[in-house]
Amino acid sequence: MTTQGTHRDAKGRPLVAVTGLGIVTSLGQGKDVNWQALTAGKSGIHAIERFPTEGLRTTIGGTVDFLFDEPFSAPQLSEKLATLAAEEAIAQSGLGQPGAFPGELFMAVPPVEMEWPQKQELAQTLDGDVDYDGLLRAAASQRFKAMHEMFLFGTVADHIAERFGTQGSPISLSTACSSGATAIQMGVEAIRRGETAAALCIGTDGSIHAEALIRFSLLSALSTQNDPPDAAAKPFSKNRDGFVMGEGAGALVLEDYDHALARGATILGIVAGCGERGDGFHRTRSSPDGKPAILAMQDALADAGLTPDDVDYINAHGTSTPENDKMEAMSCAAVFGERMPSLPISSNKSMIGHTLTAAGAVEAVISFLTIANGTIPPTINHANPDPAIPLDVVPNQARKAKVRTVISNSFGFGGQNTCLVLTAPPEAA
Amino acid sequence: MISAQADRDVVITGIGIVSSLGEGIETHAAALAEGSQPVVDTEGFKPYPIHPLAALELDRQIPKKSDQRQMEPWQRLGVYAAGLALDSAGLKEDTEAKSALQVIVAAGGGERDHAVDSAILTGLRNANAPGAYLNERLTGDLRPTLFLAQLSNLLAGNIGIVHGITGPSRTFMGEEQAGVDAIRIAQARIAAGQSELMLVGGAYNAERRDMLLLLELGGFLRHGSFAPVFARDDAPGAITGSAGAFLVLESAARAAARGAKVHARLGRVAASHARRQPGGVETALTGLLDGLGAAPTLAISAATGCAGITAEEAAALSKSAPTARRVATGDLVGHALEAAFPVSVALAAIALSTGQAKEAVVTGAGHWRGEGAARLIQA
Repeated sequence: MTTQGTHRDAKGRPLVAVTGLGIVTSLGQGKDVNWQALTAGKSGIHAIERFPTEGLRTTIGGTVDFLFDEPFSAPQLSEKLATLAAEEAIAQSGLGQPGAFPGELFMAVPPVEMEWPQKQELAQTLDGDVDYDGLLRAAASQRFKAMHEMFLFGTVADHIAERFGTQGSPISLSTACSSGATAIQMGVEAIRRGETAAALCIGTDGSIHAEALIRFSLLSALSTQNDPPDAAAKPFSKNRDGFVMGEGAGALVLEDYDHALARGATILGIVAGCGERGDGFHRTRSSPDGKPAILAMQDALADAGLTPDDVDYINAHGTSTPENDKMEAMSCAAVFGERMPSLPISSNKSMIGHTLTAAGAVEAVISFLTIANGTIPPTINHANPDPAIPLDVVPNQARKAKVRTVISNSFGFGGQNTCLVLTAPPEAA
Repeated sequence: MISAQADRDVVITGIGIVSSLGEGIETHAAALAEGSQPVVDTEGFKPYPIHPLAALELDRQIPKKSDQRQMEPWQRLGVYAAGLALDSAGLKEDTEAKSALQVIVAAGGGERDHAVDSAILTGLRNANAPGAYLNERLTGDLRPTLFLAQLSNLLAGNIGIVHGITGPSRTFMGEEQAGVDAIRIAQARIAAGQSELMLVGGAYNAERRDMLLLLELGGFLRHGSFAPVFARDDAPGAITGSAGAFLVLESAARAAARGAKVHARLGRVAASHARRQPGGVETALTGLLDGLGAAPTLAISAATGCAGITAEEAAALSKSAPTARRVATGDLVGHALEAAFPVSVALAAIALSTGQAKEAVVTGAGHWRGEGAARLIQA
């Protein structure tokens, strides 16, 4: 540890290195499988088979269907996805011992609610019409104790903390669709405060069930172009008509750069800067002038001590909703100016859908793979460009490019805007 | 590896609190001083006693009816309490401060439409195609905007919209511990120079059968009548209370520069995640308390009243704060889950601000997991 404390960023803070990455999406489990599919322009979106979709306007999603044989709840799938991503990330980092991760846990988890199968289980014990007083009587029998733990908001992170032996009080957080990025930001801040030398940052979301889909559908947020499923997510296209729900998890091991160097770890990259801004405009819509998104990107660059000219590629929020993509394009134009038409920007969501709570972490993992491999994954389904959005969206085909600095955008309901600046490892350590 | 700025003083310059007792600093200061009788409803949710929210004039903090309509009660309660905190800090009309203000909210969420749920559960029993039936009924019966009243981070979103806060927000989930961690991290960020000004707190609506349901599944609710938190051996369990509390935290330097009234200084806030085995909570809380370096004359406990852990919390306080006057938040306003720790810290700050104590500690052990402790010092 003799080198501890010798490297500082432009603001005199510890550098925050990434030493482990893990990912699961509808394209598969692990970095290799995902990277191969993402650079081949393959879609993970398909017709939903998990539950009946009769009568629904949207019948497709990027569900992860290869992990359970039995029925499961959203928290159970979210935990499983997070476990697999964390295992991969921790194994790559080589940090700590099995079951003893020497750092804190910051976890973006989907909001939890008791689900219909469990409510039906309680209702089955009742005579006559069902009401909540009846459900309470069933609960009071103490025959359904396990449901309590399953549907606590804290349980997924609790179980991950116990399984991997993280330190301190695990954080379960939500900033809606920017949650995954916020989990990373919180890890960065804790390391910069010197509270912890390492952090396990995870975003996970396995919550595609009928009610979740219907809720987004009732807000007219989802694509209804169900056939063919793999063509529905078309960010920045003229005929985009909403996002496609996806599932997945991304996990990152963050580490004080000097701590990582001292133990001889391979540095995969640096989380150089974070920016976040609130938007008091509307509950589901962004400010039409894009101001919060612009400021969040500018804050992230300033936090990193970089300028817009340093950015080689934008990993877009790019949901494929009419409003987001227009606002994002406009905001990027405001930040990057005349460079914007030739600055590559692509949306992973065109292939994996919108992984919601997980998206910021999943897309940060993909951004680091982009840097490592020198290849930019495409925006697929880009057959019908929107003339109002003059962007280089890396249409349909992956592209070789030297990428040292990425800005990854996440914007969410409730006015949440979080941007991360992710860079290649320093060339000379 | 503590940075040079890590020890900056953090002060509380705004307190917003609402509960079954009413709203504001004076009401709660009087309750603390006099140990007034709690407001308990033993009939409305029988056999579960609860502490119902005092009537609020919502218009005073949420002027637009359209905003009020787009929220469920837990969100209105939180937005209201946050507004009181901003008023108390003198920041409500300070656009510049509100663009720098960073918000952390401890929240649950998920208020259900009980009528819709009940009708669907009844209908599902005889449905030939249950999946299609569920799809049809949810599509037809769920109000589209209900989702926004359920999403955890929309309390923070509504605080931003209603009070014109354009700084960023984060929402912590995870029951009681979300409240502990919200205050812990807000304090740490200011102490380390990562922030100058934060609004932190939570809100909980106890008057909800769906929320009672989750706690009752695990057997964590007291049945019958009210009894003090530390005297529930006959029927252990929480008595939940509707309450919300928000604090404006500020670097001492920023507060001094604008001549703000300081209610109290917020010292260290510590949290643990102990394995729940007999003695685990007592050991964890003793460790947290001893690490605070406090000499308290007042101990505010956010204890739940649940079996085992409540006695362990009492034991930890007897050991680590033997001369402090012990007050259970639950005896005044009930247990407010995510908001329990923020409400308790607000009560401690009120006690210090009104000269009832010189130094206080706040403790809490979540009904299922998580423990926390905080130190407050007279300004």
